[in-house]
Amino acid sequence: MSTTTKEISIGDVAARQAAGVSQMEGEERMALNVGPSHPTTHGVLRLIMELNGDMIEKCEPVLGYLHRGDEKIAENMTYNQFVPYTDRLDYLSPLANNVAYAISVEKLAELEIPERCQAIRVLVCELARISSHLLGMGVFGMDAGAWTPFMYTFTEREKLYTLFEELTGARFTTSYTRIGGVARDIPDGWLKKVSKFCDELPKAIDEVEKLLTRNRIFIDRTEGIGEISKEDALAYGMTGPNLRASGVDLDLRKDKPYSGYEQYDFDVPIGTRGDCYDRYLVRIEEVRQSIRIVNQVIKNFPSGAWYAEDAKKIFAPPKEKILNSMEELIQNFMIVTEGPQMPSGEVYFEAENPKGALGFYIVSKGGGVPYRLKIRAPSFCNLSILDKLAPGHLLSDITVILGSLDFVMGECDR
Amino acid sequence: MQDNFSMIDQDFTDGLLDKHDYLAEISHADCLTLSCKPAHWVAFAKYLCQEETFDLLVDLTAIDQGDTADIRFEVVAHFYSRVHHDYLRVHIDCLDNDKPEVDSIASIYPAADWHEREAFDMFGIIFSGHPNLKRILMWDEYPYHPLRKEFPLAGIDTPLPAPDVVEATDASVEPAPMMGGPFVSPGSGPMSDAEPRAKDESWTEETEKPV
Repeated sequence: MSTTTKEISIGDVAARQAAGVSQMEGEERMALNVGPSHPTTHGVLRLIMELNGDMIEKCEPVLGYLHRGDEKIAENMTYNQFVPYTDRLDYLSPLANNVAYAISVEKLAELEIPERCQAIRVLVCELARISSHLLGMGVFGMDAGAWTPFMYTFTEREKLYTLFEELTGARFTTSYTRIGGVARDIPDGWLKKVSKFCDELPKAIDEVEKLLTRNRIFIDRTEGIGEISKEDALAYGMTGPNLRASGVDLDLRKDKPYSGYEQYDFDVPIGTRGDCYDRYLVRIEEVRQSIRIVNQVIKNFPSGAWYAEDAKKIFAPPKEKILNSMEELIQNFMIVTEGPQMPSGEVYFEAENPKGALGFYIVSKGGGVPYRLKIRAPSFCNLSILDKLAPGHLLSDITVILGSLDFVMGECDR
Repeated sequence: MQDNFSMIDQDFTDGLLDKHDYLAEISHADCLTLSCKPAHWVAFAKYLCQEETFDLLVDLTAIDQGDTADIRFEVVAHFYSRVHHDYLRVHIDCLDNDKPEVDSIASIYPAADWHEREAFDMFGIIFSGHPNLKRILMWDEYPYHPLRKEFPLAGIDTPLPAPDVVEATDASVEPAPMMGGPFVSPGSGPMSDAEPRAKDESWTEETEKPV
């Protein structure tokens, strides 16, 4: 028995759309509902699509299935009480959210943070980025039909979660930062473990690259699919790896450095075409760059205080001090009951999170509770391009596009 | 990345204020904060996008100053410039407290589309000229605007009419009772009283909810 193979040309999107339209002319459109049970594993997003055969003609995202009213809740609790809620925004990188929130409030208080605390924060941010991108790439591979890379990335991510557990006491919902510092200093020997992890990680990334980067099927599924031009990406307010894959050189760690990012040497990968494949390549390179940053942080890890010691009305001192000194005990009571005392004013801060720029806009009228706290969620902005992006693609491309945008609905719906 | 870098300094601010008499500087604490007269908002946004370098609208939201304030609702937009490496914040007052309305800038910044829908959803601000102004996080039939200050933290029991379900099944969806919700606070007074920790125990499954 002999088999014959035939060369099938995939062609570009516009040509396929033209071919699709001419074939399907006069035929009925079909409405298709995808979700809100997760179409991929990124949360509860619902898409209402209008199909012409297999071709998407219209795509309307419906959000809000994970809306918990975080902004309303924030107006009714002290600044520190809101930290656990930030875990549940982008729940794949809770540490980075904690840090972004803490820095926003500290910016409102115009508080200087000691070097050691800044280094700890950069370290956990980059580890969160690695963990988020590992999941993002693994799941993206799975969306495109490749199961195996997911197993490799998940194994590495698991190691990271063990490290997070040792640092914060929780694997997932870390709540690690406090306004003016972090919950606790790093444990003894922890840096060595991180360093060991970072030595081993590139090997695992190489394996994933061997499985995906030159994989013919993967390239066919992703190259030229979901192309976003530079102009569109900016106009729709995209940020993070999705924006950089479209060729825009914007990384807040370089552009508007915070928490001492300016001391570290790293490159910002930029895509050329802005398609799903570029977004994957940008993420994989970002993991390598994050490893570089982590290694630099560990090499010159500053000593000294790990919280702002002079911020008596903002940071509750560590337990051993509270139990041994009257003044610190009172300080602790005040901060727990009244909240960290903030001046009135407004502040906007964005941090370069794994998914994009996570921003907090805080309006304060003084006291320990924000008057208004708006969360600018990168996934929300990145998804808003979907109704422009999806039309002209095949139905089977939508999973790849969603996977490549790497969004999290917890953050999108807030 | 540091090439063409120029700060948003006093010269820049003065130039901007000279050119547009409908602007006023509010502060320059964390970033330049301007207030813009609502009638000129679209023109100013167009200017920022096309003639200045603020081509990234990062955020657009609203603030409710409470129903005793002269101007109750303000729309706040944040722009980012990749040349200045800085943000610009613009406040726009909604002149009518009962029917807040601001012009939409979705045609200039497509990113504003969803942000404006969210501000409409949460505050009930009408963005005139918006191509598709409907709720985004809550469902279409939802009657309240939850981020307004008078809306209680515990929420309000709301039936979920779902017209399509009613049409198909002739049965409407009744929500499960919220039981006061996990977060109930008196909403005023010192933080020690207002801390949203205790559950509202004034009504339970056995005793009716006070109306």
